[in-house]
Amino acid sequence: MRCLLSTEDLSEARRSLEEKGGDRVRIMVCGDTGCLALGGAEVRRALDEEVQKRGLAGRVEVLSTGCHGFCERGPIVVVKPQDVFYQRVKAEDVPRIVELTALRGEVIDELLYVDPRSGERVVQEEKVDFYRSQKRIIIGEIDRIRPGEIEDYIAIGGYAALVRVLEEMGPEEVIDELKRSGLRGRGGGGFPTGRKWELCRSAAGQPKYVICNADEGDPGAYMDRSLLEGNPHRILEGMLIGAYAIGSEQGYIYVRNEYPLAIENLHMAIKQAKEWGLLGNDILGSGLNFRVKVVRGGGAFVCGESTALMASVEGKRGEPRPKHVHTVESGLWNHPTNLNNVETWANVPTIINRGAEWYRTIGTENSPGTKIFSMVGNINNTGLVEVPMGTTFDQMIYEIGGGIRGGKRLKAIQIGGPSGGCIPAELTGTKIDFDALRELGSMMGSGGMIVMDEDTCMVDIARYFVEFLKEESCGKCTPCREGLYQMGEILRDITSGRGEERQLDLLQELARVMRDASLCALGQTAANPVMSTIRYFRDEYMEHITGKRCPAGICRDLISYSIDPEKCTGCGRCARACPADAISGGKGEPHEIDLAKCIKCGSCYTTCKFDAVMKV
Amino acid sequence: MKDEVDISKVESIIDVYGSDREMLITMLHEIQAEYGYLPRDAMVLVSSRLDLPVGQVYGVATFYKAFNLSPKGRHQICVCLGTACHVRGASEVLQSLENTLGIRRGESTEDLEFSLETVNCLGACALGPVVTIDGEYHGNMTPAKVKTLLDNHLQEGDGV
Repeated sequence: MRCLLSTEDLSEARRSLEEKGGDRVRIMVCGDTGCLALGGAEVRRALDEEVQKRGLAGRVEVLSTGCHGFCERGPIVVVKPQDVFYQRVKAEDVPRIVELTALRGEVIDELLYVDPRSGERVVQEEKVDFYRSQKRIIIGEIDRIRPGEIEDYIAIGGYAALVRVLEEMGPEEVIDELKRSGLRGRGGGGFPTGRKWELCRSAAGQPKYVICNADEGDPGAYMDRSLLEGNPHRILEGMLIGAYAIGSEQGYIYVRNEYPLAIENLHMAIKQAKEWGLLGNDILGSGLNFRVKVVRGGGAFVCGESTALMASVEGKRGEPRPKHVHTVESGLWNHPTNLNNVETWANVPTIINRGAEWYRTIGTENSPGTKIFSMVGNINNTGLVEVPMGTTFDQMIYEIGGGIRGGKRLKAIQIGGPSGGCIPAELTGTKIDFDALRELGSMMGSGGMIVMDEDTCMVDIARYFVEFLKEESCGKCTPCREGLYQMGEILRDITSGRGEERQLDLLQELARVMRDASLCALGQTAANPVMSTIRYFRDEYMEHITGKRCPAGICRDLISYSIDPEKCTGCGRCARACPADAISGGKGEPHEIDLAKCIKCGSCYTTCKFDAVMKV
Repeated sequence: MKDEVDISKVESIIDVYGSDREMLITMLHEIQAEYGYLPRDAMVLVSSRLDLPVGQVYGVATFYKAFNLSPKGRHQICVCLGTACHVRGASEVLQSLENTLGIRRGESTEDLEFSLETVNCLGACALGPVVTIDGEYHGNMTPAKVKTLLDNHLQEGDGV
């Protein structure tokens, strides 16, 4: 490995790497956790074997990249230079891909994406409906590089922003650029990033720390994982620029325990950056010293809160503290500390490279730039989506997401994780930005967007989040600890048919106390899912309370399954699918469900081909 | 009951980080990777080497969900209960697993063959419901599918 000494050396390295690229045949396989779970590792193995078997090692190169975003269609394989986009690839498709596409340049029709509207097969990624309306300025390069190779990042222009900053800009100028860009914290709070940097820079005391918050705990959000797994150098570059602007020599990346591949790739990236002289002392001959440590979390949601995270980095229990004194003045080890989320750091190199004016042309007046969402749940095209702020839910769900699964009706969108809220189908014309979401009683959060269809029970969703937070509350302050417990009990009553109308008032009263008196944001926002569902779906609560029924058919205590003997053909499929052995009946004879054994999992209901299983 | 633990391994894990208290959580992670859980003797040793009260080491170990104070099963099954998995039926998948294995979440089977855990989100939300077995991800699970999955995994595991 080379050690770069100056910024000219880095520019020179880029030029030589660009030349090396050429138009060799390259087969890019997605190596993100999502595609790996769908069989991506077998595809990669098969490709390696095939290339070796045919002695193509010099002609065809197989590369594992990060996330392509279109996780629904994984494993994804792209063949370059023609950019043929194959989806749902299996290991047995590999010989054909190598023979036909890599060697002969032919396209294999069956592996292409079929546009559901036009019915046409689409060859190139950018023409797929899922990608067409996106603006992928942050995640777009992930699928072009190997996360484990710093050369790939440098060849596409990586670390150019760092060079620019070190050569041409003073720390204040960097902060000014960030402020003018209008970048707001992508972790959910939306605090202006440049302002935060400025506060930390001007805070008294040394040393100062910069932290990357990669404790992406919001269930349903995984853009930070994909960024770290697929493009760790972009995060390091952002942190380096931040460290220079703020005057820090030590950085920390706090990664949640559930992301092993992200941790592995980060360690690799840090090692390479050190070898290239991009971390350590006198970086690129500029006099800047900066080191980064990766800290692995312990599986505690509350550690996504900045003060809890800092306690955890110090090796303590991750309990938050009051923020009378802000962490930019007294954070980690009581020193000035600047903490930003992964996606925020990832935006920094782009802003420096393209300039604040350009950045402001994207997005809305008060929320410039793009936002990455993980669009998941009951939607056709699940995956990571990057769109300009101000895009409407409708555009996201129907243009990019391909509509609701199984032709069902959209009921609500949950956004912002456990601190967010549920937005009803009537309001999907809303343009998404920090302020609009807050007005609707939700919040941006880290960008998890869970699409819910008509079969989702909103009371159950409220209960789900309360149970989630009840487990994750650190227990330090009473309003959060006890408030969540009581809310959980009330929601349990309602979902099991024992609810009373006055309990809705009680929920609202509890919510107010928790909002006003909790120590940290976890407790202060914990009631949002409950409040937003009562606000928009009060009828559904009332159905549970007065009608003693769950209209969506989800709350187990309020539903039961039975078999219509007229329709049942006695095929036995339901009995085989039943994990509780609750279904009996002779072959060809109507079957019966033993309600004492039935766990109400719905397996029989979804398996029956004759509509004989009834849910009431 | 005294654990039968080869303390020398714990010593060498601590040696890597010196007596850096900041690395307590990292050390606990590594000790658990070695033993599958945090043995009592190891915790006591960490406390004396880092010059921290034993209570504080236990305080940290019990605060974070990643740590176990008792041995876990040979195969670890983990059901993701993130929101995306939840709306696609993760709780039914969990229930089906509990039923098949005869244990509740957080427990291990008597023969220590399986442990059943839940996690709040694995970040593979596009493929929900997700179940991992010994760290291997399985997407789009249903109550009926997990039974087959369990059988397949056992066969593969025993075949090696």
